[in-house]
Amino acid sequence: MPINYYIFLSIALFCIGIIGVLTRRNAIIIFMCIELMLNAVNLMLVAFSKMHHLAKPADVVAGTDGQLFVFFIMVVAAAEVSVGLAIIVMMYRNIHSVDVNFLNRLKH
Amino acid sequence: MQNALQIVWLIPFLPLIGFLVNGLGRKALSKSLIGIIGCGVVLASFIISIWAFYQVKGGNVYVANYFDFISVGSLKIPFAFKIDQLSAIFLLIITGVGFLIHVYSTSYMHEEKTEHFGRYFSYLNLFIFSMLLLVMGANFVIMFIGWEGVGLCSYLLIGYWFKNNVYNKAANKAFVMNRIGDLGFLIAIFWLVAKLGTVSYAEIFTVENVGKLSGTDITAITLFLFIGATGKSAQIPLYTWLPDAMAGPTPVSALIHAATMVTAGIYMIARSSALYSLADTTNNIIAVIGVATALLAATIALKQNDIKKVLAYSTVSQLGYMFLALGTGAYAAAVFHVMTHAFFKALLFLGSGSVIHAMGGEQDIRKMGGLSKKLRTTWFTFLIGCIAIAGIPPLSGFFSKDAILLSAFEHNKILYGIALFTAMLTAFYMFRLFFITFTGKFRGTPEQEHHLHESPSAMTLPLIILAILSIIGGFVGIPDVLMQGGDKISEFLSPVIYPIQHAGEPVSHSTELMLMGLSTVLVLIMIGVAWSMYRNYKEKEATGFAKVLENKWYVDELYDVIIVKPLNWLGSFLNSFFDKKIVDGIVNGIGRLVIYGGRQLRWLQSGQVGTYVLLMVISMLLFFVLQFFIRK
Repeated sequence: MPINYYIFLSIALFCIGIIGVLTRRNAIIIFMCIELMLNAVNLMLVAFSKMHHLAKPADVVAGTDGQLFVFFIMVVAAAEVSVGLAIIVMMYRNIHSVDVNFLNRLKH
Repeated sequence: MQNALQIVWLIPFLPLIGFLVNGLGRKALSKSLIGIIGCGVVLASFIISIWAFYQVKGGNVYVANYFDFISVGSLKIPFAFKIDQLSAIFLLIITGVGFLIHVYSTSYMHEEKTEHFGRYFSYLNLFIFSMLLLVMGANFVIMFIGWEGVGLCSYLLIGYWFKNNVYNKAANKAFVMNRIGDLGFLIAIFWLVAKLGTVSYAEIFTVENVGKLSGTDITAITLFLFIGATGKSAQIPLYTWLPDAMAGPTPVSALIHAATMVTAGIYMIARSSALYSLADTTNNIIAVIGVATALLAATIALKQNDIKKVLAYSTVSQLGYMFLALGTGAYAAAVFHVMTHAFFKALLFLGSGSVIHAMGGEQDIRKMGGLSKKLRTTWFTFLIGCIAIAGIPPLSGFFSKDAILLSAFEHNKILYGIALFTAMLTAFYMFRLFFITFTGKFRGTPEQEHHLHESPSAMTLPLIILAILSIIGGFVGIPDVLMQGGDKISEFLSPVIYPIQHAGEPVSHSTELMLMGLSTVLVLIMIGVAWSMYRNYKEKEATGFAKVLENKWYVDELYDVIIVKPLNWLGSFLNSFFDKKIVDGIVNGIGRLVIYGGRQLRWLQSGQVGTYVLLMVISMLLFFVLQFFIRK
């Protein structure tokens, strides 16, 4: 499969993520959109890594660094999810809502 | 011999110590202790000065370098003292007459509170210190320090009774007038530094260095120095502060007028005689201004009714004489007159102080009269002072004034005529003062008459000493015509003075004798006129020309109209327009701009997370686009 398909899919996912973050007010959905953006990048990395490997079949390690990054991103994302969800829980406990537009106290 | 003079630093140092002790301890010390310290340090300086005088008498010159005062690039200004014949004479005058005034003050100021008594003596000591610094400095910068010091001290002492606002104004006036002159002095110093790169007398007044200066340079430098001298020595146009300086206590007037301060200008020009002897234009200006000042002040003195004001204007007039002498190249005569004037003017001022003391603070001579019966010592010493200043032989004033008149005669007959006329006026107004004050009937209140008494001995003793000095002081400068080799003072000063070469023939001895006789006879006639007019003085309203004189030719009013008022107007204009509109406008404008900017930027901080994220994304996109274009 040509690399273009992967790139377009990845861009589409990323844009959906951005638009989701910008338009939604529910913190959990915003959070999911951020995950979506991360995974769009992951998909891109894996696709390029595979392409790299195919271009140099003789080189055993060609493209493995991209896949390595993906693992890192997944680990960090997991950690981030735990922290983020904790914040959302605390937010719900305080204002009984997960709507980010209520979080404008810094303005005052 | 040279090393023996190493202790000269003590001469100014001791009064400085006296200033510090009295100034800092004025609340702790008793009056008698303050008096002893104040007089003691000056007496010690006087003794050292006498000793220094005998050291330099043989023609020695002593220069002491203590440390580098200013060192910038190639310009090095050492803190150095120079003791030569000229400074030695001034040292004697300052410390000697100064000491007598200190002694007099212990009694005159005795009714002041201890605290103010201490303040008074510390100022007096500081005054002496500054003046000593002025005459001992070996370069113009040290002289300038002393110069500013005496300006400051005159301000402090004139405004000594600071609760009286009129006195404070007089002090301000003295200070401002002096500052105008000081600017001229400063410019002259800068000019010298720019042209020669040095300010030391020893380096400037060499043939080689003076030769480096062009004619314009010399004229400009000497003129600027002279402007400085007009401020300090009260010449036209900056003389008006000196009569107002009468606001201070009477001994202070004596100190300012006789021993210190006003003689600074004479000293400075005599010191720079190497330059002045080459500047004909400046010399002519000095002579004309000197004689004009002498005449103007003498005419004003004719109609003053305040005992101290008469003396003040007579000082201005006598200073005019000194400048006439300087302008005609008779530097030795000028210094001689400084000396004799110091004696008789200190005597007259202290005598007037004694009168004022006896009258319980009254200074108006119209309310005095007939004081000779009660104040015998004061009366007699005052008479000697009057005779001395009028110039009747063989008292001191005759010799010095005659030397000046002779020099003026050699130089220019018109100057001589005016100077002679002024001498007649001098005799007239001094004896008018004398007769109104001491003869006739007492015109004060009965209380004052009852209170009349001779002053204590601490006041009369200085009067007697000064009277003796006024009588014998002239004998150091007897002209050759009367006694071969009698002119000791010119001989003594000859190593430091560069006389102007006269174009004309020196006057013959017979002419000289005739001039002396003429001036003496005229002066005696004027005294007779004063006696016939004022021995039984009755008050009458001044009219016509006399009123103009009584109001001092309206010079103060004139200055007020042409200088003070326009300056005030300019000040209020700048205040209302430039300061309020432009300066304040800029400052307030900046403030308003910041407030406006802040209000416009405030909407960015909405507190909405979504807005922040949106802005972040937009700016990121913007950067991508920008980078895209830049790479292109």
